[in-house]
Amino acid sequence: MAASTLVSWTWFSTLAIGVSLLKCLLIPTYRSTDFEVHRNWLAITQNLPVSQWYYEATSEWTLDYPPLFAWFEFFLSQFAKYFDKNMLEIKNLNYASEATVLFQRCSVIVSDILFIYAVRECCKCENGKKRSWDLLDRPVFILAVLLLWNFGLLIVDHIHFQYNGFLFGFLLLSVARVFQGRNMEGALLFSILLNLKHIYLYVAPAYGIYLLRSYCFTQHSPDNSIKWRSFHFLRFAGLGITVCFVFAISFGPFIAMGQLSQVLSRLFPFKRGLCHAYWAPNFWALYNVLDKALTILGLKLNLLQHEKISKASMTGGLVQEFHHTILPSVSPAVTLICTIAAITPAVFCLWKKPQGPIGFLRCLILCALASFMFGWHVHEKAILLAILPLSLLSVKSHTDAGLFIILSTTGHFSLFPLLFTAPELPLKILLMLLFTIFSVTSLQRLFRKDGKLLNTLEATYLTGLIPLEVFCEIIFPLTPLKAAFPFLPLLLTSVYCALGVTYSFIKLYVSMINYTEDGKHEKRH
Amino acid sequence: MDTWSFVALSGLLSLIVRWTVSLSSYSGAGKPPMFGDYEAQRHWQEVTFNLPIHKWYFNSTDNNLLYWGLDYPPLTAYHSLLCAYVAHLVNPDWVALKSSHGYESQAHKLFMRATVLAADLIVYIPAVFMYAFYFCEGSSKKKASFALSVLLFPGLILIDHGHFQYNCVSLGFALWGIFFIALQWDILGSVAFCFALNYKQMELYHSLPFFCYLLGKCLRKGLKGKGLILLIKIAVSVIMSFALCWLPFLLDTQQSLQVLRRLFPVDRGLFEDKVANTWCSLSVLIKMKTLLLPQTQVQLSFAATLLAALPSCTKLIFQPTISGFRLSLVNCSFAFFLFSFQVHEKSILLAALPVCLLIPEVPFMATWCLLVSTFSMLPLLLKDGLLLPYIVTSLAFLLVSITLLAVSGLTSVDDLKLTPLAHFIRKCAAWVKVESLAKSLFMLSVVSMAVLSVMSATLNPPSNLPDLFPVAVSLFSYLHFLAFFIYFSAVHLLESPNKEDQKKVS
Repeated sequence: MAASTLVSWTWFSTLAIGVSLLKCLLIPTYRSTDFEVHRNWLAITQNLPVSQWYYEATSEWTLDYPPLFAWFEFFLSQFAKYFDKNMLEIKNLNYASEATVLFQRCSVIVSDILFIYAVRECCKCENGKKRSWDLLDRPVFILAVLLLWNFGLLIVDHIHFQYNGFLFGFLLLSVARVFQGRNMEGALLFSILLNLKHIYLYVAPAYGIYLLRSYCFTQHSPDNSIKWRSFHFLRFAGLGITVCFVFAISFGPFIAMGQLSQVLSRLFPFKRGLCHAYWAPNFWALYNVLDKALTILGLKLNLLQHEKISKASMTGGLVQEFHHTILPSVSPAVTLICTIAAITPAVFCLWKKPQGPIGFLRCLILCALASFMFGWHVHEKAILLAILPLSLLSVKSHTDAGLFIILSTTGHFSLFPLLFTAPELPLKILLMLLFTIFSVTSLQRLFRKDGKLLNTLEATYLTGLIPLEVFCEIIFPLTPLKAAFPFLPLLLTSVYCALGVTYSFIKLYVSMINYTEDGKHEKRH
Repeated sequence: MDTWSFVALSGLLSLIVRWTVSLSSYSGAGKPPMFGDYEAQRHWQEVTFNLPIHKWYFNSTDNNLLYWGLDYPPLTAYHSLLCAYVAHLVNPDWVALKSSHGYESQAHKLFMRATVLAADLIVYIPAVFMYAFYFCEGSSKKKASFALSVLLFPGLILIDHGHFQYNCVSLGFALWGIFFIALQWDILGSVAFCFALNYKQMELYHSLPFFCYLLGKCLRKGLKGKGLILLIKIAVSVIMSFALCWLPFLLDTQQSLQVLRRLFPVDRGLFEDKVANTWCSLSVLIKMKTLLLPQTQVQLSFAATLLAALPSCTKLIFQPTISGFRLSLVNCSFAFFLFSFQVHEKSILLAALPVCLLIPEVPFMATWCLLVSTFSMLPLLLKDGLLLPYIVTSLAFLLVSITLLAVSGLTSVDDLKLTPLAHFIRKCAAWVKVESLAKSLFMLSVVSMAVLSVMSATLNPPSNLPDLFPVAVSLFSYLHFLAFFIYFSAVHLLESPNKEDQKKVS
């Protein structure tokens, strides 16, 4: 059986080609300002010398990704001229001819080949203990669909416009390499990824600790505690050299030109607000709402005075700075401390009681989720950083499958406000239904012996998303509320989803700690 | 996975494809003064909404019949009226008399697209699923793959959701008719087919098999006993459903005659544009349109059509089986498409629908035929700016047929349902290896379609032959259609009469 799954990969290419065709159909859909962002970067990297890349500011969408991504844009711009030369003019702001759209959309679709390859490698790691004659019931098939047809990636990359598929290709490939025991390659790929987009710094602790603990130390004591003498210096040095090499290639030229501080200031703009324009469904969304609720309560009970409350405190999302009235305001430093505090236990577990690659993956997901929960100016898109790696776990155990369904459904739902145009409304609902129905039914069937994946409360919570969507997109625009509280749907969506994300965060943490205390926890089911 | 999730997933997938195709351009977008089928449909909403019913089909100052006058049967008009009510509710400008001519906006496009999707979702898609789950043998996975491949047939998607028409309604009713008849619910089947016919007169392509099958069935039951009763029941239900559809026009003979005149415009010529049928293809050599009198043209095409449909129909009358009925639907619609008067390139959809139903039986030939039928509409699709959806949906259909239906492995003589010919082939043409021959012909055909598509889309034709590519496409498709017509006729005529009885026994 195992041989036959490996030999016949035609089903995999069918899935991959099928989703690529779907992506092609999405070419004429709505695109966000990110489209212009990337067009601008094409123009900058094509026209200016490297020394000007991080200084150019004709467009408001300045280059704010690390240098390797700039080189990637440079590479793309070499082909762009054959489609439409005008898109490479820096001053051609908001230029979007048909050829430009075609080129940029196709560049995303083509660069997704790396993602497809990475998914294939991940699927190969899925040894498939559960054997089934029916291909559709095999974990490896389900995993391939969950990753390749991921709703979030489809709408963020191929409608909203970004290159996440390409970047996640690096992440998943490096995870697959770690699973295959090719740690050095994993480290190399991850350092490249860090230099493509620095948001992946959030999961770096998982990599650092895992590689140090399980790769640089070659032996464990019987009780799984560390054996200091087994430290393998060559491996450590190899890792260090690999990582430094990649960073040197990427940042070296800018250090040599004395532009490091300029580059870093572009990469880490702390002037933005606590919450992104659309609130990400994280801890701060709940915090803000609590503050607002307390304010209203205070006003009602006459504990607060009207004049003292600034008018701008609750305009929803447009105001970048958010002033809390009752709860203490949050500064970037606080969010950083919260994030580190949330990551520490997971990393500590990874160090103290290594569980092999599975433990590493779990820690990586926790790091991603923790930073999503507590980070500064988090985009809702960042939830994909947790959802995609969690897909790998979801086909391995019953608990993780249930977790995956909750997290992916709420996380994906929170992406809905990204697409606010009418033609895309049916599209996002249909795509979301397609992905959710598939993941629920196939995972439920995979673990049918272990009982239901979701308990009644969880199922009710997830079903509640349907009336929420109906209210936000259909009923709300028809009511007079629209003029008074234009941001109400965004607020409701992010708060409702924040509950689910928080719940899965806590549950995932619990499962990691349980797992560490009792390694056979999963098999007892 | 469970059956229902298969249904949900394939249904969702086909809806997604339909909606993404509908985001592209439509026929006559931004092309005054006449625009295209999109404007025709909008105009019908305007006319039916603003004028009393007895003025719909008559020329008047408010209803210029030369500007997309209503030329479809009453059900289309009622459907337009229904859509017009919704349109009026959303934005009265969309259906304002006269002032709305050529109205185009993003919101309006969205509305029009939504009406097609709704019609598709209500009529056509459920019919496909019902048919698949009752009459496709095998596991639910197999049924779902069949349903998915029918729903992803690019021709219908591109014409309805790209070019803009409501073929899904008429074809959907026809499919419901076929479904009921296959269930042996003859009366419901004939009623459904009457609705199809009263939505679009082009459904006449399918009428002969319906008639012959039901007649054959009555004959078999004996015209003196049960058969007569069945015949009377069917006749009454057909007359009743026609009367229901035509009710407002029946009170006045002038009305009925005018509607009929609008439905069958004899003066519009033998064929339109470049269509892959016999007359258009012959006109490359002989200019039939100018040589013959219009009256002769009508007679000639009528005779040719009847002659082509005759064998299949005769066989059906004497052996009214369900599989024969399906094959006869294919043959008769091909006969009409290839030989009848005033054929549009879109009419190939009428042949494509029954071909879809043959996917479980002869998957190889059926998918091939469906690919060619999509290709035959390429000039039209290019005019509408639907190149990208055309390429993507065709590739998707090819992908589905190769992987889900495994068509490339089903090319033996038995798979092609030519078993009676096997002996003959072995004897007279032993050197022919049917399997590899079929496969290589298929490859050759697909590659040439790809090459012709690329050439039509990218190259400028030489100035002395401006229609080079459309003519090449239609000739190429014509040869295929002729071959498919002969093939499907052969399958029908060679079919052993006892096949279904044997199945029932076993």
